[in-house]
Amino acid sequence: MTRSRLPVLSNLLDLSWSRVFAVFLKELVQMRRDRPTFAIMIMMPVMQLVLFGYAINTDPRHLPAVVEMREDGPLTRAFLASLTASTYIDIVAVTPRADDAETMLRSGEASFLISIPEGFERRMVRGERPQILIAADASDPVAAGGAIAGIERIAQQAFAPEFGGALSYLARAPPPYEIVVHRRYNPAGVTAFNIVPALLGVILTMTMVMITSIALTRETERGTMENLLATPVRPLEVMIGKTTPYIGVGAIQVAIVLVAAALLFRIPFTGSFLAFLVAVSLFIFANLMLGYLISTVARTQMQAMQMTFFIFLPSILLSGFMFPFRAMPGWAQAIGEALPITHFLRMVREIVLKKAGFADIIGDLWPLTLILLVLATLALLRFRRTLD
Amino acid sequence: MSDEIVIDVRGLSKTFGEVRAVDDFDLKVPRGAIYGFLGPNGSGKTTTIRMVCGLLKPDSGEGEVLGYDVLNESLSIKERVGYMTQKFSLYEDLSIRENLEFIARLYELDRRNERVDQALEDLGLAERQKQLAGKLSGGWKQRLALAACMIHEPQLLLLDEPTAGVDPKARRDFWDQIRRYSAQGVTTLVSTHYMDEAVQCDSIAYIAYGKKLLDAATAEIPKQIGLHAWRISGRPLQRAQAMLEEAPAVELVARFGAEIHACGHDAAALEGAVRRVKQAQPHVEVEPIEAGFEEIFIYLMSGSIDNVQ
Repeated sequence: MTRSRLPVLSNLLDLSWSRVFAVFLKELVQMRRDRPTFAIMIMMPVMQLVLFGYAINTDPRHLPAVVEMREDGPLTRAFLASLTASTYIDIVAVTPRADDAETMLRSGEASFLISIPEGFERRMVRGERPQILIAADASDPVAAGGAIAGIERIAQQAFAPEFGGALSYLARAPPPYEIVVHRRYNPAGVTAFNIVPALLGVILTMTMVMITSIALTRETERGTMENLLATPVRPLEVMIGKTTPYIGVGAIQVAIVLVAAALLFRIPFTGSFLAFLVAVSLFIFANLMLGYLISTVARTQMQAMQMTFFIFLPSILLSGFMFPFRAMPGWAQAIGEALPITHFLRMVREIVLKKAGFADIIGDLWPLTLILLVLATLALLRFRRTLD
Repeated sequence: MSDEIVIDVRGLSKTFGEVRAVDDFDLKVPRGAIYGFLGPNGSGKTTTIRMVCGLLKPDSGEGEVLGYDVLNESLSIKERVGYMTQKFSLYEDLSIRENLEFIARLYELDRRNERVDQALEDLGLAERQKQLAGKLSGGWKQRLALAACMIHEPQLLLLDEPTAGVDPKARRDFWDQIRRYSAQGVTTLVSTHYMDEAVQCDSIAYIAYGKKLLDAATAEIPKQIGLHAWRISGRPLQRAQAMLEEAPAVELVARFGAEIHACGHDAAALEGAVRRVKQAQPHVEVEPIEAGFEEIFIYLMSGSIDNVQ
């Protein structure tokens, strides 16, 4: 038994290092020749380091806030000064009008509304514990949570120096005012309310971009491109013909997520359905064009896949899907603004959770349209009409 | 008016990186002709055909195909040319019928169903029209590809090694089909490695290292090359071959089964060399023969081994 087995075993373990080296060398050469793949392998860790190291901030600061000032006195001015100095929030507007402040909160211009009521100082001095109302846009619970805690500390620090002399009786616990927090659009702070509509954006980005990214590379790899180019077919015809089948796929995905959102997560759909349809259609088109553009650049399906992931990573990290958009540094926000998903996420959250209609999403509708047009134009220009 | 000349290109050149794939290439193909395109692998045949049908842009040169400018009117050319690629380039994951319908739609043909039915009938594939093209054997794929590039009734057929890897019976059928098209006035430019196919062409252009070395009516070629040949048979053949290969007057020694063909330009010197072999090996038979295409092209190709791709 052992005698007959041993040679087989030795055959299996037989190894020539020079052959191993030959294969190793060949792979190395091939890897070096495949520049795009190589570049992405190098870029991927660099990008992740930069994104996680600098752009991603789970302790969100610099969130935009609107202050509704119904009273102007020394105490409220001190509070406002402290708010302005704080790094948790950036005051984008101070207004006496409740309507203006509400509009800014709904449109997403402000993530917080800090409301100081009329007669605040008088009632505080009388010891009536007047309310400071904080309305937070809780459609993103992570962003809301950190800043709410921050504002309570700011209030303490702002009022403490003022409670001297004649007002020293106010420097006691509990504080002579009350901070009331309203979590708007997602009162319970349910993370699913934020994640599920946004997940639609991620799913569509992933699948639409990936499918179309191999649209042309598959033709090239299988050798069918030569025949296709030998026919009188025009670049735009190829582009439209190759991308439109996936609109149907996208529609099915949208339906699945909507049904799941309603039945499984009980997420209310509060806004305009028509606005939603327009937003989601535009978003699907933009993703298809993004994928198609990749397929005009990539030479192999493998490259196309890697480029898709190259797009996918910032789409998750820099779009406001995973981490609060406003908390990112300016350059990261700029990259985010260029991604279709960033605009879609804002629109879908506003429509689903914040009762938004066309008027409220217009600020994201036109950038998405612009992205779509740029992508389509680039893809058409990149299309090679010959085999050169 | 280029009513008679279907392909008229002058000075076509194409460089890929460092390699000059096609160099200053001229070609005139009259209507209805079957023009053979010969040359070793990598000599520039495919590149030339691709430039003619507008799939590659020439670096320099000019010309007309079917009266359309090769540089600026490639769409008009594409609409009127049938191009059959060297590698099967229809969709293996589409059925035979779906492939033909796809091509018919791209050419915006009227009576589409009728044409596809007819093509399937001509092919003898009507029964198997729902079969995936990828499941076909090499010969059938070839015929399907020919049917696909004929469905829009082109005036010019460009066939790039259409019968590579196809069995002799299928090749014969294929050429019968080409001759039928030719009789209907369709012009054909076909590249091939097979001598039995080359002799079926009206004219032959021979290309090596991207340069055209020969371009003549097929019947004229033996005279142009001026090659004389002797047949040596019997035993011991191996010894005779070794002797012939060392003789300076013998430019080509080609083995054909149980006989050797020795060729050279200088008839007297060739005869002398063969006679010396006969003296040394009295058991071998020698006789003068006419140099055939086989000898001529082996002679041409021996001067230019496979080019770098």
